Amino acid sequence: MPRLLSSAVFLATWWIASLLIGDVKLPPPPAVLAAVISEARSGALFLHLGVTLARVALAFTLAMSLGSAIGYLMGRVRLADRLGDPWLILLLNLPALVVIVLAYIWAGLTEVAAIAAIAINKLPTAVVTLREGTRALDASLDEMATVFALPRWTRFRHVILPQLAPYIAAAARSGLSLVWKIVLVAELLGRSNGVGFQIGVAFQLFDIPLLLAYSLSFTAVVLVIETLLVQPFELRLFRWRPRAA
Amino acid sequence: MRLEVDIASKTFTSAAGEVHDVLAGIRFTLEAGEVGVLVGPSGCGKSTMLRILAGLDPDYRGHVSRPAAARIGMVFQEPRLLPWRSVEDNVRLAAPLADEAKLSALFAILELDAHRSHFPGELSLGLARRVALARAFAIEPDFLILDEPLASLDGPLAARLRDQIAILVDRRTVMTLLVTHDIDDAARLGDRLFLLSPRPARIVAEVAIRTPRSARGDAAIATIKADIARRMAGDPTGRVA
Ligand SMILES: Nc1ncnc2c1ncn2[C@@H]1O[C@H](COP(=O)(O)OP(=O)(O)OP(=O)(O)O)[C@@H](O)[C@H]1O
Ligand SMILES: [Mg+2]
Repeated sequence: MPRLLSSAVFLATWWIASLLIGDVKLPPPPAVLAAVISEARSGALFLHLGVTLARVALAFTLAMSLGSAIGYLMGRVRLADRLGDPWLILLLNLPALVVIVLAYIWAGLTEVAAIAAIAINKLPTAVVTLREGTRALDASLDEMATVFALPRWTRFRHVILPQLAPYIAAAARSGLSLVWKIVLVAELLGRSNGVGFQIGVAFQLFDIPLLLAYSLSFTAVVLVIETLLVQPFELRLFRWRPRAA
Repeated sequence: MRLEVDIASKTFTSAAGEVHDVLAGIRFTLEAGEVGVLVGPSGCGKSTMLRILAGLDPDYRGHVSRPAAARIGMVFQEPRLLPWRSVEDNVRLAAPLADEAKLSALFAILELDAHRSHFPGELSLGLARRVALARAFAIEPDFLILDEPLASLDGPLAARLRDQIAILVDRRTVMTLLVTHDIDDAARLGDRLFLLSPRPARIVAEVAIRTPRSARGDAAIATIKADIARRMAGDPTGRVA
């Protein structure tokens, strides 16, 4: 209910603003809806959304799995931490744009370059978060597992993973929003399809309804994924926690 | 099977860099089927010693020989349960080979039936301690280490659990080492009592109790307790019934 209300407020604000500013700069909701429908009819909307989502999925999976593994290693092994730390600081502070441009220069305007560039942007935050989580592992539970001689896999699955879960969830959360933002830039600069590319086209043609049609469809997809996938998953994962009032 | 302990010293270095001795001269042996009881003032080094005997802390001077393939069941001073697994799963994860009949019996004995599907966060401390006991017994240990397992339980329940521990210990040949502050527990459960000095801990007296556990009536317990009290006061003479 509160969600519905806040959506209504959003639409109303938009509509009023478009009346005030003029519908050349800010077209009203029906104009944008018409653009969405026509793009959907031609199939272009789904194609570009699909391509973008595929890139997000690939880059996200790549960065999360690699980042978690590196972070865990750095949290456990002193030497790995010492060796990895300077790289981490470098990557953390490298602007996304630099990574993307360099990737396109070195690997060409290819799919691999785009996905690698997106993944590299997300990687360091995943590493940092998981390193923190690994450092916070409870030594007393580790001792328990040692005394009871739990097999490696049991230990990882039931003792370590549940302790890392909040950190993985946090890394996934912040990582997903980072990837959503960066994927469009990567597409704008070096791909010939995807939502980012379409927004670039709309920008060049100054076709504002088209631009908004793609932006809002993309946002809607992100919202749906967040509420239908990410949030229920988190709830299930943390079932054992006493609920906040 | 036999446990031989000869710890010459164990030191900790505090965060501020000072070194302090925690154990100094702990020497005893324990045979299979025996219950050894460690009694000593708070902070003297009992838990530290148990961690060494469990193989968790290799950083000490001396020697401990423990049967290589011994299955260890340990009740730590805190319950140390996995908060994200149910009571039943906590026990099953440690003892994947225990069958349903055995677990049911164990849960019944420890009065945990109603709590099987609860998470540790939903348990009182006393309940959590009982789950830790269930976990240690479920693996059918050869070497059982109990660090104040009956603390924070009410009198009658503690007494029932103590009897259960006695039954479980007598049913299998298991080496047991128990830390307690309660002279009554010591007198009822122990075969051999080791009285420890304040930190750094040394064994100041060793008391052997000859009467079998099951044959100790109230009178025998009273005699044993009186003897322990005398020993703790520093009188080295006398052997207990
Ligand atoms: N990791 C550690 N670092 C430094 N000092 C420690 C550490 N662990 C224990 N100690 C010190 O060693 C001493 C013995 O601790 P231990 O936990 O073994 O006592 P205890 O006999 O089990 O006491 P209690 O009956 O209160 O459980 C204490 O003085 C404690 O401060
Ligand atoms: Mg202790």
